[in-house]
Amino acid sequence: MLSCCPVDYALNDITEMRQSKGLDWTGDLVADPSPWVTYDQEGMAQLDILVPEAYCAACIGAIEGNFKKLESVKYARLNLTRKRLTVRWDESLNSAKDMMVVLEWLGYHGQPFNRDQFDNLKTDSYQKKLLTSLGVAGFAASNVMLLSVSVWAGADDSTRNFFHWISALIAIPALAYCGQIFFKSAYNALRHGQLNMDVPISLAVILATYISISETIAGGAHAYFDASITLVFFLLAGRYLDLSMRQRARSAAEQLMSMSAIAATIILPNGERKSIKLVDIKLGDKIFVAIGEKIPVDGLIIDGKSDVDNAFLTGESIPDLFDIGDQIHAGGINLTGSLTIKVSATGEDTLLADIIRLMEEAERTDAKYIRLADRVAKLYAPAVHILAAITLLGWMIVGKDFNESLFIATSVLIITCPCALGLAVPAVQVVASGILLRLGILLKDGIALEKLADIDMVVFDKTGTLTLGQPKLINADEISDEAMRVAASLAVNSKHPLSQAIVKAAEGRGLKYSANGNVTEEIGQGLYDEKSQIKLGKRNYAAPESMSIKNDVQAEFYLSIQAQTPIRFAFEDGLRPDAKVTVEKFKKSGLEVVILSGDREAAVKNVADILQIKTHKSGLSPQDKLAFVQTKQAAGKKIFVIGDGSNDAPALIAAHVSMSPGSASDVSQLSADLIFQSQSLSAAYKVWQVAKFSRGLIKQNIGLAIAYNIIAVPIAIMGLATPFVAAIAMSTSSMIVTLNALRLRLKEGGLS
Amino acid sequence: MSGLLFLIPIALFLGLIGLAGFLWTLRNGQYDDIDGASERILDDRYDDKPQD
Repeated sequence: MLSCCPVDYALNDITEMRQSKGLDWTGDLVADPSPWVTYDQEGMAQLDILVPEAYCAACIGAIEGNFKKLESVKYARLNLTRKRLTVRWDESLNSAKDMMVVLEWLGYHGQPFNRDQFDNLKTDSYQKKLLTSLGVAGFAASNVMLLSVSVWAGADDSTRNFFHWISALIAIPALAYCGQIFFKSAYNALRHGQLNMDVPISLAVILATYISISETIAGGAHAYFDASITLVFFLLAGRYLDLSMRQRARSAAEQLMSMSAIAATIILPNGERKSIKLVDIKLGDKIFVAIGEKIPVDGLIIDGKSDVDNAFLTGESIPDLFDIGDQIHAGGINLTGSLTIKVSATGEDTLLADIIRLMEEAERTDAKYIRLADRVAKLYAPAVHILAAITLLGWMIVGKDFNESLFIATSVLIITCPCALGLAVPAVQVVASGILLRLGILLKDGIALEKLADIDMVVFDKTGTLTLGQPKLINADEISDEAMRVAASLAVNSKHPLSQAIVKAAEGRGLKYSANGNVTEEIGQGLYDEKSQIKLGKRNYAAPESMSIKNDVQAEFYLSIQAQTPIRFAFEDGLRPDAKVTVEKFKKSGLEVVILSGDREAAVKNVADILQIKTHKSGLSPQDKLAFVQTKQAAGKKIFVIGDGSNDAPALIAAHVSMSPGSASDVSQLSADLIFQSQSLSAAYKVWQVAKFSRGLIKQNIGLAIAYNIIAVPIAIMGLATPFVAAIAMSTSSMIVTLNALRLRLKEGGLS
Repeated sequence: MSGLLFLIPIALFLGLIGLAGFLWTLRNGQYDDIDGASERILDDRYDDKPQD
């Protein structure tokens, strides 16, 4: 689970916070956010920080409350929908980095970002316009409907005419304002010689209004003001649902984009260190990488050595030692020692950029998917127009005059209006994305859910996807509590994943230990307590005399205490808790399951055997993975790819639909259509279930809409659809499809 | 008929007040952070006045 609401008490200044965590604590992984600071008119510094881990009331309280306790902070506001914290403060009192430290101290990992990069003013103002229109249409529809009910109840002629006039006064300005959204879109489509759903909608609304006005002036019995304004109201509601889902997806994508916006620390010729944006780095610059930071660029190590975790690039889950003179790639995580690197390639030329080029290629070949609703609309719009035209001509041929025929043709247009498509489809998608959100799954694109419903093959990456990507101690039974305690007191000083696995194992046993303060870390070797002669580390470092034992596991450490026999700690990358069940469920549903990994054959085969997956490939490059997916898809397969490494990114894009865990690398999260936040892999199966059920509901709704038309259209063509019939038929059909869409909610509890 | 002459204006007036209220909430930014608003209501720190 995410770390939610860690603390809710406050310390008054940064120094105190640092002291509470140890004197020189500056926050783990805190990069200097100064490149993202902007200034307002009063000279206050402003910083926008994305806080993906904040998601409840206590988070808001803890974050805003603690920031406001700082004397320098004038404004702190967390927007939970967008997971965005905005802080304004006096920079003469606190630095920008201090703000990040506060957040880190609270236990949240924030990511500073540039507001201009994300804010899409067009969508924001469109949303405001849509909501305003919805409000106006709601007001007009309810009042006009009120008057219409009295007319239907049998008002006498003069009252009826009076009510028609009032309805006209309310409806005409309201339609002129609210209808614009449809009129503009219809106009644009027609100008480009196309038909979209908005064309029949606009035509129906405009004609109905025209007919109603002439009826009102003539003192006739039938006016369609109620039908046209209600129609606009329903359709606007559908548009709003659609937009709010897209916005949710957009803010997910936003969160991910910000991740790539890391800064790097450059060492200037005079020895000074400065934080700069990644794009400003030039060839030959010297870059400093602190422990725990991500390597920002490709380069040669000119000072320091460290274990670097390259899992995202290669799929190999155990870190390697890198020393002076070694080539090192952007995207790795620096674990044990600080490094100074000389930039040998930037942006375009890095290894990561190669992967990105592959991704672009994959994108070009990815077939364009047309949404189900759009495919139906393509047939629906012309059909409706033709029907209305035939009705108009037919009645004129039979002998009615033009106005009467137009009146009947208009009633056909109103009756056939696509409420089911306009309202029910977005309703299904909003309910579905809400369910996914509660399951901890971010949907980056609404289409993904539709695509997911027709997959027939599932491809898993191994490291970090089927496995957790973190080594786990596997021979804990062979190790005594005492040895474990000693090992943990050393290991707690290191960020090396094997050390952390030992600490986790010791905590799992409930052992009490205190951090050993005399430890020095021999980078790439192990940990050493000189005073009590204890070593913990690689075999050739801590137990050179036991070199003859065969190493049959992925990684191992030895603990040697003075002259005693060294104790062996063996590690394997642990499977995700429900990987097996999930794979079984997919197989039982008749899908083909495949593993594609960049790791060694032995490790891949081991996992494949446990999970009983027949097809597995190891030692693959990003190109190989991409080629596999493309070949299979060319043969007609629809593939669901689940992967976490940068080496999976091209395959993730080429796939019919794809998903990444929240722990995945930036590029692969950017490439995937869905992100799941939980540790459990069952999210992959659940999301498929939701997708299939949603697809079923959408099809049912389209079916219902067609059935409704089969009954209603003949009535309208015969000229029997009075405004009363139209209003009842339209509202009932809209309600039926919307209620049907909400059935998805009932399904939520039964997801397994 | 004479009843309608003042009942209808009253009905419309009440409706317009509702509409104006809605538009005010919209301008006021109350739909900018819907998830946040539903969480903030649980916290008694904002009971005296809404947060600025």
